[in-house]
Amino acid sequence: MRSYMKTTAIALALTAAAGAAKADGHGVEVLHWWTSGGEAAALNVLKGDLESQGIAWTDMPVAGGGGEQAMTVLRARVTAGNAPTAVQGLGFDILDWANEGALANLNEVAAAEGWDNVVPAALQQFAKVDGAWVSAPVNVHSTNWVWANKAVLDANGISVPETWEDFAAALETLAAAGVIPIAHGGQPWQDATVFDAVAMSALGPDGYKAAFIDLDPEALASDEMKVAFDRMAVIRANLDENFSGRDWNLATAMVINGEAGFQMMGDWAKGEFLNAGKVPGEDFLCFRFPGTQDQVTFNADQFMMFDQGGAVSAEQAALASAILSPSFQSAFNVVKGSVPARTDVSDADFDACGKQGMADLAAAAESGNLFGSMAHGHANPAAVKNAMYDVITAHFNGEFDSETALDELVTAVEIAQ
Amino acid sequence: MSLATQDSAIRTGRVTRTLIYLVLLLFALFYMLPLYVMVVNSVKPLDEITGGGMMNLPQVFTLEPWAKAWSSAQIGVDPTGLKPYFWNSIKMVVPAVIVSTVLGALNGYVLTKWRFRGDTILFGLMLFACFIPFQIVLIPMARMLGLMGMAGTTWGLVLVHVVYGIGFTTLYFRNYYAVFPTELIRAAQIDGAGFFQIFWRILLPSSGPIAVVSIIWQFTNIWNDFLFGASFAGADSQPMTVALNNLVQSSTGVKEYNVHFAGAILAALPTLLVYIVAGRYFVRGLMAGSVKG
Amino acid sequence: MAHSADVDFKTRLQSWLPKLVLSPSLAMVLVFVYGFIIFSVYLSFTDSRLLPSYGWVGWENYSKLWRLSHWKISLSNMGIFAALYISICTILGLGLAIFLDQKIRAEGVIRTVYLYPMALSFIVTGTAWKWFLDPGIGLENVLQTWGWESFEFDWIKNRDFAIYTVVLAAVWQTSGFVMAMFLAGLRGIDNEILKAAQMDGASNWNLYRRIIIPQLRPAFLSAFVILSHLAIKTFDLVIALTGGGPGRATELPATFMYSYTFSRNQMGIGAASATIMLMTVAAIMIPYLYAELREKK
Repeated sequence: MRSYMKTTAIALALTAAAGAAKADGHGVEVLHWWTSGGEAAALNVLKGDLESQGIAWTDMPVAGGGGEQAMTVLRARVTAGNAPTAVQGLGFDILDWANEGALANLNEVAAAEGWDNVVPAALQQFAKVDGAWVSAPVNVHSTNWVWANKAVLDANGISVPETWEDFAAALETLAAAGVIPIAHGGQPWQDATVFDAVAMSALGPDGYKAAFIDLDPEALASDEMKVAFDRMAVIRANLDENFSGRDWNLATAMVINGEAGFQMMGDWAKGEFLNAGKVPGEDFLCFRFPGTQDQVTFNADQFMMFDQGGAVSAEQAALASAILSPSFQSAFNVVKGSVPARTDVSDADFDACGKQGMADLAAAAESGNLFGSMAHGHANPAAVKNAMYDVITAHFNGEFDSETALDELVTAVEIAQ
Repeated sequence: MSLATQDSAIRTGRVTRTLIYLVLLLFALFYMLPLYVMVVNSVKPLDEITGGGMMNLPQVFTLEPWAKAWSSAQIGVDPTGLKPYFWNSIKMVVPAVIVSTVLGALNGYVLTKWRFRGDTILFGLMLFACFIPFQIVLIPMARMLGLMGMAGTTWGLVLVHVVYGIGFTTLYFRNYYAVFPTELIRAAQIDGAGFFQIFWRILLPSSGPIAVVSIIWQFTNIWNDFLFGASFAGADSQPMTVALNNLVQSSTGVKEYNVHFAGAILAALPTLLVYIVAGRYFVRGLMAGSVKG
Repeated sequence: MAHSADVDFKTRLQSWLPKLVLSPSLAMVLVFVYGFIIFSVYLSFTDSRLLPSYGWVGWENYSKLWRLSHWKISLSNMGIFAALYISICTILGLGLAIFLDQKIRAEGVIRTVYLYPMALSFIVTGTAWKWFLDPGIGLENVLQTWGWESFEFDWIKNRDFAIYTVVLAAVWQTSGFVMAMFLAGLRGIDNEILKAAQMDGASNWNLYRRIIIPQLRPAFLSAFVILSHLAIKTFDLVIALTGGGPGRATELPATFMYSYTFSRNQMGIGAASATIMLMTVAAIMIPYLYAELREKK
């Protein structure tokens, strides 16, 4: 079966090569979903870099749903035998495409530039398949951050919480003071982002791995998992009435305006603070979710290189090399709020939160505490991830209690596998 | 058949009339609401929106969001605005509307005036085709377009829209021609007029109203389509809706709502214009044809 | 001789021409609609995930499908949505058409106002609707700041009511179009009959109930076809308005299908749900089409 699929995929990729060659003699067509001002401007740096090497950049932006829309388009393009040369991809999507035999082997560039030594091993799991580099990582986002309005915390005598109990106490203080304790947007991926951090804190790194990466039914139904769900209910009780369906950036605005105290969100939230003229450490604080100080849950944007018929093309190699170059890694990630995908980049241009993020990443990679984020498709495949979303969101919205959530979680994961 | 209000037999009293006007006005307000929200917020500076009060009139009036959405907003890597995509949409919509309408007219003509055994079943097949969910055609369609060498081209998109539009256009024209006197056709046949001559000289001149219905229907559907446009267009043929989506749906970036609203109205202008200009003919066309089941 | 053969060919051509003209459309529909339906049904029995794959798994996808609470939610939502949407649009469309048919001044303007929502996609109006329905910034907030403190309208945030906001926005989009169809029907009714009935002393109410509305039967049927096809395809509306939430409270079969086929890489289950949807549509539409088309012979 698998081999049959592989041959189809290769046949498709071969026709793809013909199509691409027809469209642009020597250039790259890049499918991505970075269309908002800052992101697109950052990507433009890459475009400029390639064009200075005489490589044309054909832009194929498709935004929506954190890349879901682009993945649909990609499927149509590959099926039509017209795959783009490079495609933005996340976690398990990359592995899925690699297993279809649709991606090119970048080992030559990787070896020449020593990627093996500078990219953290946890990240390499999503960029290398069967020993072959198939995609070029752009950044590492970490998702277990808490963002806080410093003035609000100071006014209520709250210091950075170290444990769940500290955090719960802080929430009570804020609620008593008439401040919305947590700003949150009720969308499945946001619920899951919060759950990610809460579960890491409740289960610990080993439990997190057993439940979300190894999908061990026992870990999924463990007492610690029930604690995680119970804590989600506490968080749910500390939101405003209006959270459902809210975009994450509007939730961030609530923290910026001092309407709310905390927000649990990935490092991209920093851009909103900076855009509002706020200074890290002075106006707002960034810290790891209480109980996950040593861990980093991450998701990483990469560019998959689609097979253009056998060997990797010169343009793809140039693109990959440009993406991994320390100067681009620094320039891009300063704008994006994430941290470089290689650990040897200077942190000189980053702000306080960025510097902390880089240090945390390096430390977590060193100590084996760097884990793919379940909420962002770096712990398990899309089917399982979405099945988990279903349960987390339903529980968060009060469809069932924590006990039922455990049963639902086990069943949902089983059906999705 | 004229649209001008005819001498209706229904008489109503003064109180009833006032009530009727009241209800009609109330609903007019209801229908205008979303447009109001969009227009008002497209001429405000961003801080006025994020500061709350989305229903308020602007304190500072600005057209900058419109200019930005049209020519300098970030759609992809380049800050091109929606402008280039507007032409992509036109290049796709015009041929698709023309072809599907012409085919619909011919089909309607054959199915009503040149009937043969099994024609009703064929019509039923075409009509049922209107109900196919677009989600299931995506993958096989991509494969077909690839095989035909039309993947990523405007012509591929035109084909897709024609295929999934002829069910409707055939329905409209068939119902319209069904009430057209067949005697005229027979008479022309006896005079020796051929298939196309009859269509061209007799049916086509009186097809105005239903052609308007078909064109409006197809124009709106094709212009507003997102799924096909996103999946089957190439980098240089992405339609306006895809660009608008890129503008509005930034995943992890700052959202400029005023620019989003301005862009949304810009993207909707052609269809709005079609409805406003051709609206009266639309009712006339429906009246003449499609409702007569 | 040659001449008569030519004539023969010409008449032969004339008799074949209609079928020839019909054939391209027919071929397109057979391949791109029915071919794809068969393909999709086939996929529902395979182990397809990311891309189509042809390993036969029998009824496994269907049994998985019916174990998903997600699917059951989207089906029951479809029932609520379709019933309300179709009936409200029909009643509202008919009511407005009757009102608009009373020699109303500025009829053209009002008609355009009622009709324009049909011109806009929900990619365009989604955000405006979302804001308007949001209790924090929308209608509830506005009426409260205007002094109606106790006013509450938080349906979109409420699991039990969110589906009704989807109905509201959908009705907003299409009821004007249905109104136009009924208006056209009303304008087509012969006035002489009405006048005669009026002479007999029939009240307005009775005129409408006994004579006018029964004559609108074709308009009702066209409206039903158009509305039910729109109801089944409702997709962007949900995505733009609620994204299926709060929780999963507004999932519909179309969003389910899309999500399983494309976001979740479970193409087999997605195809199974599509097959069930198509069967349901066929079960409703085929008897209707049969009755409609037969009658006219």
